[in-house]
Amino acid sequence: MGMTLTEKILAKNSGSSSVEPGESVWVDVDVLMTHDVCGPPSIGIFKNEFGEDARVWDKEKLVIIPDHYIFTEDKYANRNVDILRGFAADQDLPYFYDVGSDDYKGVCHIALPEEGFTRPGEVLFGTDSHTCTAGAFGQFATGIGNTDAAFIMGTGQLWVKVPETMRFEFEGTSMPPYIMAKDLILQIIGDIGVDGATYRTMEFGGTGISAMTMEDRMTLTNMVIEAGGKNGVVEPDAKTEAYVRERTDKEFDLVYSDPDAKYHSKYHYNLEDMVPMVAKPHSPDNKATAIELEGTDLDRAYIGSCTGGKLSDFEAAAEIIDGHDLKLDTYIVPATTEIAKGLETRTLNGKPLIQIFRDAGCNIGQASCAACLGGPSDTFGRLNNQEVCISTTNRNYPGRMGSKESQVYLASPYTVAASAVTGKITDPRVFIQQTVI
Amino acid sequence: MATKHKKITGKAFVLGKNIDTDQIIPAEHLVYSLDDPEERKFYGRYALSGVPDAESGLPEGNIPLVEEDEFESDFNIIIGGPNFGCGSSREHAPASLDIAGVDAIIAPTFARIFYRNSVDGGFVVPYESLENLSKEIHTGDEIEINPEERVVKNITQDKTYEIRPLGSVADIVNAGGIFEFARKEGMISCQ
Ligand code: SF4
Repeated sequence: MGMTLTEKILAKNSGSSSVEPGESVWVDVDVLMTHDVCGPPSIGIFKNEFGEDARVWDKEKLVIIPDHYIFTEDKYANRNVDILRGFAADQDLPYFYDVGSDDYKGVCHIALPEEGFTRPGEVLFGTDSHTCTAGAFGQFATGIGNTDAAFIMGTGQLWVKVPETMRFEFEGTSMPPYIMAKDLILQIIGDIGVDGATYRTMEFGGTGISAMTMEDRMTLTNMVIEAGGKNGVVEPDAKTEAYVRERTDKEFDLVYSDPDAKYHSKYHYNLEDMVPMVAKPHSPDNKATAIELEGTDLDRAYIGSCTGGKLSDFEAAAEIIDGHDLKLDTYIVPATTEIAKGLETRTLNGKPLIQIFRDAGCNIGQASCAACLGGPSDTFGRLNNQEVCISTTNRNYPGRMGSKESQVYLASPYTVAASAVTGKITDPRVFIQQTVI
Repeated sequence: MATKHKKITGKAFVLGKNIDTDQIIPAEHLVYSLDDPEERKFYGRYALSGVPDAESGLPEGNIPLVEEDEFESDFNIIIGGPNFGCGSSREHAPASLDIAGVDAIIAPTFARIFYRNSVDGGFVVPYESLENLSKEIHTGDEIEINPEERVVKNITQDKTYEIRPLGSVADIVNAGGIFEFARKEGMISCQ
């Protein structure tokens, strides 16, 4: 019997020739990532369990990326970054991206690929649920808690229950001009529900996926956790290899699913049929088409996060925003410092993207998670009252972006930008067709 | 800490479906240290403070798990709807429930990272029920969980329901977490 990509990686890293769904195996960890929210408690547990002077199992494999509560006056939040700093110095860690230094990156899930840690065929764990993003590179990547992270810091291993795999096939050769990967994943989550993939792998394939850029694929795998998925994965191809080789000298294995691999279920979509989607408050599976919601009043637009704060997300938003006055308070938060630089250098209609956003009156924040998860009350873009926000982020449970009185609609950067221009939820085709014709 | 896989009795606190980690412990509180005994208490105080008031303590609602200015709850068994603990990977979520005095959670399904964290950290025991008991049990009902017989008894309403066996994680739950388990198995040496 053949194996899926996920099964093959778990077999390889547990030293077996094959594994089966449902089996629990101990795997060797290739990369462990942590950040400023979960790093300090993980370090606390590591020291308690292995001793004050214990050394991490392999300092080349531990990556620490502060990103969540960065630009705040909150003394506890700043103390947490100090704990990371102290630990990185004590352990002499080569991969610590310190706040305030030239190395500072921003959102971990985008920083990991930029820095070459998302290598096909490897096992990556991170103390953050969106660690599944790295599956876009054909890696097994999933989120864990602090205790598990501390366990890995000491042993380099962790137990995993081998998940069943669900396969999502997209047919088509290119995305319609008004559709983004965010629309596809909102459609899927709406179809299968927020627990539709619990304990399972979501594997994406088909001609439609091959046609996508790495950034598009990352948007898909990023949100598998919103369907309860353990990991999301895209088989590697020439694009994957080119992206990763440009960023690391490390060798890696390209692993593929066998043609006779066994799947839990299979779903088929056609790119041509997809329409701009929105998730209504207060759940990512509360789906509607943008058209159905047209005219819904909004107070704010937010473009940022590991889901919707990549350079291609800002290019898409700028396409629509250029030359318009905005009716909503609009927040722009690049995920990483590299993307922030891209906003200065990448141009559209002869203007840097950042200038398009400035001219339209957007509020521009510094690279970090910012209001994606609310955070301390002085966080940039946080919803502190009863605001209704349309956002390119990934979760809209009550209080996710701040106050539990607020409401969040999730959508693609096109839809968020179109809504920022009109002040109400708007299908982006209104603007895209104008620019195309 | 480290409630074992054994009989648990106490008062139920009932919640609806898709209770995510931001509702269990809102992100703004994640700054407190879990290692500092004084700061740690705040996780108990704010446990479940992100649940909209009307949905906190069903069926009536408007019942907080932890009273204002308190750090521990009188309720020690949470009854949730499907997909309990979805959202972020923050271990602060099961830890905050543990710190608030919760011993076990019964829900038809759990989000996997929350489930894993509950078990590996030895915080609370997650039991899967066959039915959605959040529609059956009322906040304040006296409950007994009997894992050996795989049942939950609602003593107040005199009704009994089935729960699923813990399966392969039972050893970790019984050991009190992944570290205790690994020491017992000789995977890591004693500290
Ligand atoms: S941007 Fe949002 S979802 Fe992504 S890591 Fe930060 S808080 Fe989490």
